[in-house]
Amino acid sequence: MTGFPILTVMLAVPAIAAVACIFASANAARWIALLATLVDLVLGIWLWAQFDIGGPQWQFVEHVPLFGKFGWALGIDGFALMLIMLSVFLMPICIGASWIAIEKRVQEYMAAFLVTEVLMIGTFAAQDLFLFYIFFEAGLIPMYLIIGIWGGVNRIYASYKFFLYTLLGSVLMFIAMLWMAQFAGTTDIPTLLNTDFPVHAQIWLWLAFFASFAVKMPMWPFHTWLPDAHVQAPTAGSVILAGVLLKLGGYGFLRFSLPMFPEASAQLGWLVFGLSAVAVIYTSLVALVQSDMKKLIAYSSVAHMAIVTIGLFAFNRQGIEGAMIVMLSHGLVSAALFLCVGVIYDRLHTREISRYGGLAINMPKYAILFMLFTMASVGLPGTSGFVGEFLSLAGTYQVSTTITLLCTTGIILGAAYMLYLYRRVVFGDLTKDDVRAMPDLSFREVALLAPIAAVVLWMGVYPESFLAPMRADVGTLEARIARAAPAGDSLPTPGKHVTPVAHGEAHQ
Amino acid sequence: MNASLLMILPEEVLTLGALVLMLVAAWGGQASTKAISWTSIAILIGAGIALIGPASSGGEAFYGLYRADAFGAFAKVLIYIAAAVAIIVAPRFFEQTSGDDLRPEYPVLILLSAVGMGMMVSAGDLLTLYVGLELQSLAAYVLASFMRRDTRSAEAGLKYFVLGALASGILLYGISLVYGFSGTTLFTSIATAYGAGHSMGLTFGLVFVFAGLAFKISAVPFHMWTPDVYEGAPTPVTIFFASAPKVAAMALAVRVAIEAMGPATDQWRQIVIFASLASIIFGAVAAIGQTNIKRLLAYSSINNVGFLLVGLAAGTAQGVASVLFYLTVYVAMTLGSFLVVLQMRDVSGEPVETIASLSGLSQRRPGLALAMMIFMLSLAGIPPMLGFNAKLAVFQAAVDAGFISLAVVGFVASVIGTYYYLRVVKVMYFDEPASAFQRGNSIVEGGLITVAAVFVSPVGWLLLTPLGVWTATAARALF
Repeated sequence: MTGFPILTVMLAVPAIAAVACIFASANAARWIALLATLVDLVLGIWLWAQFDIGGPQWQFVEHVPLFGKFGWALGIDGFALMLIMLSVFLMPICIGASWIAIEKRVQEYMAAFLVTEVLMIGTFAAQDLFLFYIFFEAGLIPMYLIIGIWGGVNRIYASYKFFLYTLLGSVLMFIAMLWMAQFAGTTDIPTLLNTDFPVHAQIWLWLAFFASFAVKMPMWPFHTWLPDAHVQAPTAGSVILAGVLLKLGGYGFLRFSLPMFPEASAQLGWLVFGLSAVAVIYTSLVALVQSDMKKLIAYSSVAHMAIVTIGLFAFNRQGIEGAMIVMLSHGLVSAALFLCVGVIYDRLHTREISRYGGLAINMPKYAILFMLFTMASVGLPGTSGFVGEFLSLAGTYQVSTTITLLCTTGIILGAAYMLYLYRRVVFGDLTKDDVRAMPDLSFREVALLAPIAAVVLWMGVYPESFLAPMRADVGTLEARIARAAPAGDSLPTPGKHVTPVAHGEAHQ
Repeated sequence: MNASLLMILPEEVLTLGALVLMLVAAWGGQASTKAISWTSIAILIGAGIALIGPASSGGEAFYGLYRADAFGAFAKVLIYIAAAVAIIVAPRFFEQTSGDDLRPEYPVLILLSAVGMGMMVSAGDLLTLYVGLELQSLAAYVLASFMRRDTRSAEAGLKYFVLGALASGILLYGISLVYGFSGTTLFTSIATAYGAGHSMGLTFGLVFVFAGLAFKISAVPFHMWTPDVYEGAPTPVTIFFASAPKVAAMALAVRVAIEAMGPATDQWRQIVIFASLASIIFGAVAAIGQTNIKRLLAYSSINNVGFLLVGLAAGTAQGVASVLFYLTVYVAMTLGSFLVVLQMRDVSGEPVETIASLSGLSQRRPGLALAMMIFMLSLAGIPPMLGFNAKLAVFQAAVDAGFISLAVVGFVASVIGTYYYLRVVKVMYFDEPASAFQRGNSIVEGGLITVAAVFVSPVGWLLLTPLGVWTATAARALF
């Protein structure tokens, strides 16, 4: 370990703050949590600034063989850097979103969020297989408490479903990890990334990891926990769930499934493609008929995550980069959309779409920001959504034109359900008295939404800032999986070569 | 002979201590209870100190009847700790509970039981094994029915005695078969007999011996006494039953399996795998419907025995080390969670045992609720609690030995168990406070809960390295 252990410090700050929150008063806990998450945001920006683009693959590496079987091994590459940035960016916003909405047991609430932050950063930074699993699984505990204590009416059911469903997915992965540790004789992720597992074993390992990541992602048909969890969770819980926790599945595919089991990934790519295509169309149609705003956005998340999976399993640069940008973009946009829902929920305490209408008249600021995020979710050029979806679909097109055709319908359907939602909530006449009485965004709410809006536009207009740190890593990954890359059906294929027969010879 | 006497120093300390204290109790009567309790704790500490030296590294004593090795010493440390905790918490419990008072025999019986357990884990011969087992059990039968006027306690004692006697009979029958077909009761000679070739009589003996041992560790299908005894016995006694005898019986099972029947591993492995999976699944499913916290923890202990047996099924040194590590964590989790049960009293001071009475605990006593949550999640094996590392160890051993399907089934079934552990967390954290709860006022018990909770919390990771070394050393003693 050389230099300042910045990753450990980023983990320690929220961890210490979480303990401090428990012993503080409600108001002090709010400030401690906000301060700690802001410190982590600053540390994150410093991390990005110090990240050497084009430098070694793994940076800020720390390794202390502390715990017998596994070590305290941290380190990040471009993918991890971007996802850590997403986490630390969203956390202060989550704290801000809960400032007034959470009234009971504030200390425990803030502590739970800070612990979640520790575990998220840890998951992305872990360089040891078991350390990764610990962070990955431990994230269930604070989320279980957040949904169960501060959630809606049906929170108990949702919290159980969330916990047990995702745990069941992960246990198979754990056994696979044990086997890998035994086979490779190490739990060091960078070493495992370059270990060639026998192909027949790869299939089983891939399926075991798939069970975990497909649930986490979530992919159709393993997504049923998501709408329940989202609907019942408090606003900030939904934000962090959609913003970061769903990215764990995509990150897992990127970090483990693809580079460690390239052959299996290629052979089982049809499975991912098939499920993703179904997911895009099915969940979009389901989203179209929802009457609950949060449920609608939850289903749209499943559709967006399917665009991530097809991009990842396209086995080419465009697809992988696109998948990463969709993940980052969805992290921001869905977080912002949940915040938008939270804003009006705080005023009227209902998520029924039909209870609203005509908000553009009395809440113009809200209408503008909500419009921006709706457009970003639809994938309008100039917003982050467009960049990611375009790259991802362009990458997939090189592999399978059919799947691309099916998944592109998601963009049309996405536009349909999002615009339909927007029309019903924001446009129309202001007929209901209680809706008319709703005040426009407060300064706090603008301060929460404006930074996300800025980043969404930044990513849409100049995605290079976000692609640059990942470029070398995409190259490494592409080289690693090249040997198994499937042949595409869109490339020009050479026709049957017909040897021209000389005219004269034919008559001989 | 002198060397042998040095090697059994811990047992000598305990025996002499127990006998002297019994005389004190006979003449001192009820008034001497407190003094006897504290003296017996001192004796347990003394026995622990006596483990240093020949008692943990001496080798064979009394011509192979007794083993003084690191494996036995490791198990004895756990047993003494658990026994000491069971003595420490008793006076307050009996003082506050209407009915019987604590009588001075209680610590003496625990000391005698500890002697028996020490012999069990150090047995090098089937007869030492049996004598140790019976000494432990007889003391335990009396302890189970210690509250004479409480019908549940009396029922627990009787049930424990009848079923325990049956199990001893099965075990003895197995021992007699093994003796009859191998001509010896020494572990090393028995191993030679098993290595010499297949014999129907020896196989039958093995089956009966394992059936008897399965009763003692309460593995399915010999578990049915556990919930009733745990529920009926006074809580301090339950604390004792769930920890120390479990360690002793499990260590004994490991020693018999490896030292005496090592060459027949393929034969006993089938039994162990069946008992393991049956315990994991049954322990998890049966716990779901429980409303009494002590019964729930009883099923949880059955469930945990299943995981311990996964490590034994591996049959390797790594597997034995993982069993010892799991036992260490298990003792901490069990002591901790039962100590929390001990705090459950209504306003009038009477103990309450329903899970529902825990509702809203996180708002009334946040520290206690946090500790209980840590124990529950650790028992469920959710990272980052130490219970996860324990599961990691046993399953790693199973996978390394090639038992992948066992690991898959066992680990997937552990998700079922998570459900009821989560239910306790749900009741404490999600539900609104129901009934008033007595304030905690014991510094000793609070301190013990804190120590156990910190040990199984992520802070305990720091102990992984030394524990790994110790368990590996202890496991090597058997191979």
